[in-house]
Amino acid sequence: MDWHQGDLVIDSIRGQNLLTLNDLSRHALVEVLDTAESFVEVNRRAIKKVPALKGRVVASLFFEESTRTRLSFETAAKRLSADVLSLAVASSSVKKGESLRDTIATIDALGIDAVVLRHQSSGAALQVSRYVPHVRVINAGDGLHQHPTQGLLDAFTVRQVLSERAGISGQESGAALFQGLRVLIVGDIRHSRVARSDIAAYSTLGCEVRVAAPGTLLPADIENWPVQVVEDYDEALEWADVVALLRLQRERGSGSFVPSLGEFTQTFGLTLGRARRLRPTTIVMHPGPMNRGVEIDSRVADMACTVIERQVTNGVPIRMAVLYLTVAGSSGGVS
Amino acid sequence: MSSFVLRAGLVVGPATSQVADVLLVDGRITGVGVDLDAPKGCHVIDASGCWVGPGFVDLHTHLREPGREEAETIESGALAGAVGGYTALMAMPNTEPALDNVALVSYVLDRGARTPLDIAVAGAITQGRRGESLAPMAEMAELGVRLFSDDGTGVQDPSLMRRALTYARPLGVRLAQHCEDELLAAGGSMNEGAVSGRLGLVGRPRLAEELMVQRDIELVALTGGSVHFMHLSTARSLDLVHQAQRRGLPITFEIAPHHFTLDETYCEQFDPIFKVHPPLRAKSDVDALCEALRTGGVDAVATDHAPHAPELKDLPFDEAPPGMLGLEYAASLTFEALGDAPDPHLFFSVLSREPARIAQLRHDDVRVRHSGHGGALTQGEDANLVVFDPHATWTAHNEDLHSHAMNSPYDGRALSGRVRATVAKGVLVVNNGDLV
Repeated sequence: MDWHQGDLVIDSIRGQNLLTLNDLSRHALVEVLDTAESFVEVNRRAIKKVPALKGRVVASLFFEESTRTRLSFETAAKRLSADVLSLAVASSSVKKGESLRDTIATIDALGIDAVVLRHQSSGAALQVSRYVPHVRVINAGDGLHQHPTQGLLDAFTVRQVLSERAGISGQESGAALFQGLRVLIVGDIRHSRVARSDIAAYSTLGCEVRVAAPGTLLPADIENWPVQVVEDYDEALEWADVVALLRLQRERGSGSFVPSLGEFTQTFGLTLGRARRLRPTTIVMHPGPMNRGVEIDSRVADMACTVIERQVTNGVPIRMAVLYLTVAGSSGGVS
Repeated sequence: MSSFVLRAGLVVGPATSQVADVLLVDGRITGVGVDLDAPKGCHVIDASGCWVGPGFVDLHTHLREPGREEAETIESGALAGAVGGYTALMAMPNTEPALDNVALVSYVLDRGARTPLDIAVAGAITQGRRGESLAPMAEMAELGVRLFSDDGTGVQDPSLMRRALTYARPLGVRLAQHCEDELLAAGGSMNEGAVSGRLGLVGRPRLAEELMVQRDIELVALTGGSVHFMHLSTARSLDLVHQAQRRGLPITFEIAPHHFTLDETYCEQFDPIFKVHPPLRAKSDVDALCEALRTGGVDAVATDHAPHAPELKDLPFDEAPPGMLGLEYAASLTFEALGDAPDPHLFFSVLSREPARIAQLRHDDVRVRHSGHGGALTQGEDANLVVFDPHATWTAHNEDLHSHAMNSPYDGRALSGRVRATVAKGVLVVNNGDLV
């Protein structure tokens, strides 16, 4: 079983939906990173706005509470001059008595070009894309399945840090800096859509990916994934160029997959003691929101090796790039 | 009543077959032979090139009435069944409310009697299908109920299942079990495996099914009661049951067409049409089921026909209800799965004769209000027959379905072999592939 959807490779997301990173080629990923890089500068201007999506309407439809991702997407859309329809639907469609199809049809009837969808059910974004084929659908997180823009912004952040160190621009570097890069992903792989998107992005870009987690927080079919499970977490910390921590998804019942949060912290948390084993160049990441004191010690979170705030900052240019490429499609460059 | 002659088909008996005419007069078979004289006014149906056999008996049909008539009614389900070649359906008790008492069973039997088919009823094993206390099985058995099931879920509590088997044994009835340990299935929505992990869908492991199969085999050995395992879906489940049958235990089982034609990769697109319990399994399981079917290692094919209103299949995958339609294509799918040189005896065995035996609907069974099914096609039997054209090729289209619901996973699929005519309770219900 091919973990990546081998014969469905998409070579560019221009004019396409962004539902998963599983079916994107290296070229498609680098194109998003390069486009995002050109938007970084926009975010540093006094007037943080370009007219790229002027007159376009982007609906952000969040069935699951998420302040961070929603703010990031809406900021991105506004900086591209798109009009934003923001709907928080923080209840299941079943409880509302309305099907997903009816909900999306209602939004579509208002006239939209794209929908940014967050949903607690895996596959919801793909389903929605079938209901409104004329609208670009951007998956902002679906159940345990995928969180493509998080995977992209994580890869973007890594490339940014490494290219700065190398004294070249990220665009010049392409995917070269990812070649053989050692990435260690730690924690609740099983319930993490971030892990699935990160693994897809990093492995396609050429990294060597390993995972560390208690057995219960690994998916049952981990042997099919393009990763290696580490036997010795402490050794792996010394091995890694990038350590990506995951949030323990307590709201998805992950708490019952480990005896206690304390034991999880003891065995797989990035404690201060463990952080000392990291090489000085190792990059520590976390998609947020952090459970300080659970997967990461509070003091470690604030250490210089962490790029957690930078990840948040980079969320905006990445989402600008994704909106721009998917919605504006094949028309022209950025200006 | 009326008389028909089914002219020059291959009449498929339990052991032998011959090209012959079958004469049906006033609801009974009155003659089988070559070049029979048709009485005056007799309706002649050309069956040349076709297989003529006993009408199919579905051990597993969700008719949704009472409670979910927007998805299916007893009437619409019976018509869909007739088009599929069925002459008898076993209505499952997971209606709303559940069929767990004589009043509700009588209601379904009465409504069923007004349809062209024989509608038998499976009563609930436990009150309200809640798995807590026994339903009045003896009272329901007096109405003719011969099969009991909590289908939708299995009886989870082993102590209660033991009690149910012990209670059922002297009644001469059989318990039909949906085998899935719900604690192990953990609210999952597809097969646990390579696809579920990547899709981020919680998986239902094969072991959830196989553990309950193992448990119930031992409970049958302990109690002497009879169990019919419904919709077995894994290679290991079949192995377990074959071993138990070799021990001589009174165990039968069915497999469903979707489990031997579709695998877990159909869930890749998150289309809830492909959500079903037990879930579509790995290709190796599909292959094992087909192999068992081809080699005579399957007792019965049963549809698990499960209509759902369209809006429920527009829900997200994990929220949508499980189940898919089955009645109208089961015969063609079974025919295809039997391989390049399908054995007509095996075909009628798994679709009619064995299901009729398990349901106790045969000519010699003690029946309360239904006619006899699954016969040998000999003089004196009730006229429940099907004419199946093994040379036909056709395409499944959802708009051609006779069910109220549309949740068929086979829209657009090319099929071979087709039901040409169905005679049920002595009446020609389907001719030339559609309702008369």
